[in-house]
Amino acid sequence: MNGPKPEKVYFYGTCLVDLFFPDAGMAGIQLLRQAGVEVIFPEGQTCCGQPAFNCGYWEEAREVARTQVALFPGDLPVILPSGSCAGMMKIHYPELFHGQPDEAQVLAFSARVHELTQFLVDVLDVKLTDLGEPVKVTWHSSCHAVRDLGLKGEPQALINQLSNVELAPLAREFECCGFGGTFAVRHPGISAAMADDKAADAMATGASIVLSTDGGCLLNVQGTLEAKHRPLRVQHIAEFLWERTRGR
Amino acid sequence: MDAETAASFRDSAARALSDPQLRANFQRAMDGLMTKRLAQFPDPGDLRDLRHLSTTIRSRSLLRLPELLEQLEVNCTKNGIQVHWAESCEQANELILGILQSKGAKTLVKGKSMVSEEMHLNAFLEGHGIEALESDLGEYIIQLDGETPSHIIMPALHKNKEQIARQFSQKIKDAKYTEDVDELTALARKVLRQKFLEADAGLSGVNFAVAETGTLCLVENEGNGRMSTHVPPLHIAVMGLEKVVPRLEDVAPLYAILTRSATGQAVSTYLNLISGPRGEGEMDGPQEVHLVILDNGRSRIHADPQLRATLRCIRCGACMNHCPVYTRVGGHAYEAVYPGPIGQILTPQMEGVGARHDLIHASSLCGACAEVCPVEIPIPAILIRLRREATHEDVASKVTGKGTGRTVSEDWAWRLWAAVLKRPAVYRLATWFATRFGKALPASAPLIRNWTQSRTKPVPARRSLSERMRAEGDTHV
Repeated sequence: MNGPKPEKVYFYGTCLVDLFFPDAGMAGIQLLRQAGVEVIFPEGQTCCGQPAFNCGYWEEAREVARTQVALFPGDLPVILPSGSCAGMMKIHYPELFHGQPDEAQVLAFSARVHELTQFLVDVLDVKLTDLGEPVKVTWHSSCHAVRDLGLKGEPQALINQLSNVELAPLAREFECCGFGGTFAVRHPGISAAMADDKAADAMATGASIVLSTDGGCLLNVQGTLEAKHRPLRVQHIAEFLWERTRGR
Repeated sequence: MDAETAASFRDSAARALSDPQLRANFQRAMDGLMTKRLAQFPDPGDLRDLRHLSTTIRSRSLLRLPELLEQLEVNCTKNGIQVHWAESCEQANELILGILQSKGAKTLVKGKSMVSEEMHLNAFLEGHGIEALESDLGEYIIQLDGETPSHIIMPALHKNKEQIARQFSQKIKDAKYTEDVDELTALARKVLRQKFLEADAGLSGVNFAVAETGTLCLVENEGNGRMSTHVPPLHIAVMGLEKVVPRLEDVAPLYAILTRSATGQAVSTYLNLISGPRGEGEMDGPQEVHLVILDNGRSRIHADPQLRATLRCIRCGACMNHCPVYTRVGGHAYEAVYPGPIGQILTPQMEGVGARHDLIHASSLCGACAEVCPVEIPIPAILIRLRREATHEDVASKVTGKGTGRTVSEDWAWRLWAAVLKRPAVYRLATWFATRFGKALPASAPLIRNWTQSRTKPVPARRSLSERMRAEGDTHV
């Protein structure tokens, strides 16, 4: 993916970041700017449509997806602070729009979609300088970031650039945290059992922060840890990286 | 979300989740199986190539299915294997009963066969006065308790050795209580050995049926498969019609990936290649071999180009070994013959997508199953397709029960969802309210309650990202 670095990119916030983790969205934008890229944040962003798509309501998913694709007309990379939503737009939009009149336009859009950490490492090749206090963190891999998008350790590579940060391995790192969108509400017992185990594995690392790329995982693990009154904090990787490098 | 149809899986899963022993039994077994599988595939490139080859063999076999099945029948017949076709489980059961009765058979020893589980053959035969005894150790253990398999290749996985020790001491005549695994195995072997010698007939499944040679391949570890198929005078094999492959050389890669994916073994203890009854002048083998080929909805699945991938399955069980849901609820919770991810796509296609709507949704779509599947079945994509089929009545679709999982409330929920999210102004208003008043929403509200039963209530930020970007003059209209 190493070509000339783009001068301008679009940023797609995603609904979970928009509503629950706006700091992570702001941080993602700042990281891109710090790397010398101009960031365009189009007005009118809502949701990629994944919940309806996953539940089989494809007409509804398409209606929403169409309005989102239309926000990014320029031939620029579209950056998302989420593996799951990026997977939806990059991998599943082509399925969703297969045989539709606007299929070609959507395919062209999907090809421009990138997950934030993948873009920072593989395209921008960013170099981070750690300005923070020593801290121990652990990393939760989001299923869709790894299995849909094929992330190969880009987030960990970014964390490892930070000299004062110790990255503790998480047991069963690649096991789902139990979020799964509507799954968490349709099958709350199973979802909770998975989240409980993830929280316990995170506690066992001795880290003080669990990092991830995805709002869904973050909400799930954070809510579970808080319900158990665990001191462990949960943070989006963009927010963490920005806090460590902005030199406040 | 249909509360009534969702009841069975939901209730069983809830019971399973509250049983710490069950959870521990599965967790320990699955952790071990995952580690052993991984050790068999040290080179990711080799694994990728073998998976690709296996997928190609199975896909091509399915593309030529009618032709291969005809070829299989011709070559089996040449070999002296009598071939029978059954469209339904009822037909298959009647066929087998007929064969047994024609020989006056009263006792049957069984090697492991999931298709016979699908047919509920044991209960059917017992209803007709024929004893059907399971001879696979795991199957034998669960049969003693009148249970069904909780895993397709390790049927007694839900039990630990202490539970089996108690059970053997109570149910096997003159058995002393022991927790020694070798002694327990010896106990079962003693019972079974006698049964093999006395049985009037043996029954087995089929892992691969080779069209060009008319050979039935049976993969096993205990030797009970060989005993069941070679000692009694009559051998009946049952297979789903998807099990056929064109050539004998196709078996090698499939076998290599089957044992590695299933139990983390490079080879199984036994690989039986059965090519007919005892020949003239031969000292052993059955006098008659029959092959029953079962459809039971498979032709319908085969007719759909996407769903056809379901039939690539070689029944290794790796999807369940790696499934975060299966490992927590165990196989019985699925209330189905085939549990775990493969069962979640197979069962609804056989029994109806509306009736098993609960199963189709019991997945976080994490993709661990598809990642390890030796024949690359896109299980999450098929789950999504079936979720759609359950709530939509697509005219061209042949899926059983299509549209029957549809509810007015879910329809309206998604319509409302789209109505808000396709109109940025409405979304903006909704997020404005959520950020200002989201905190006030009671944790016990419907749906939110499902989340908060184990988590704190998610509280929206005070201002959304879009609002902040607008405030900073950073948005582009």
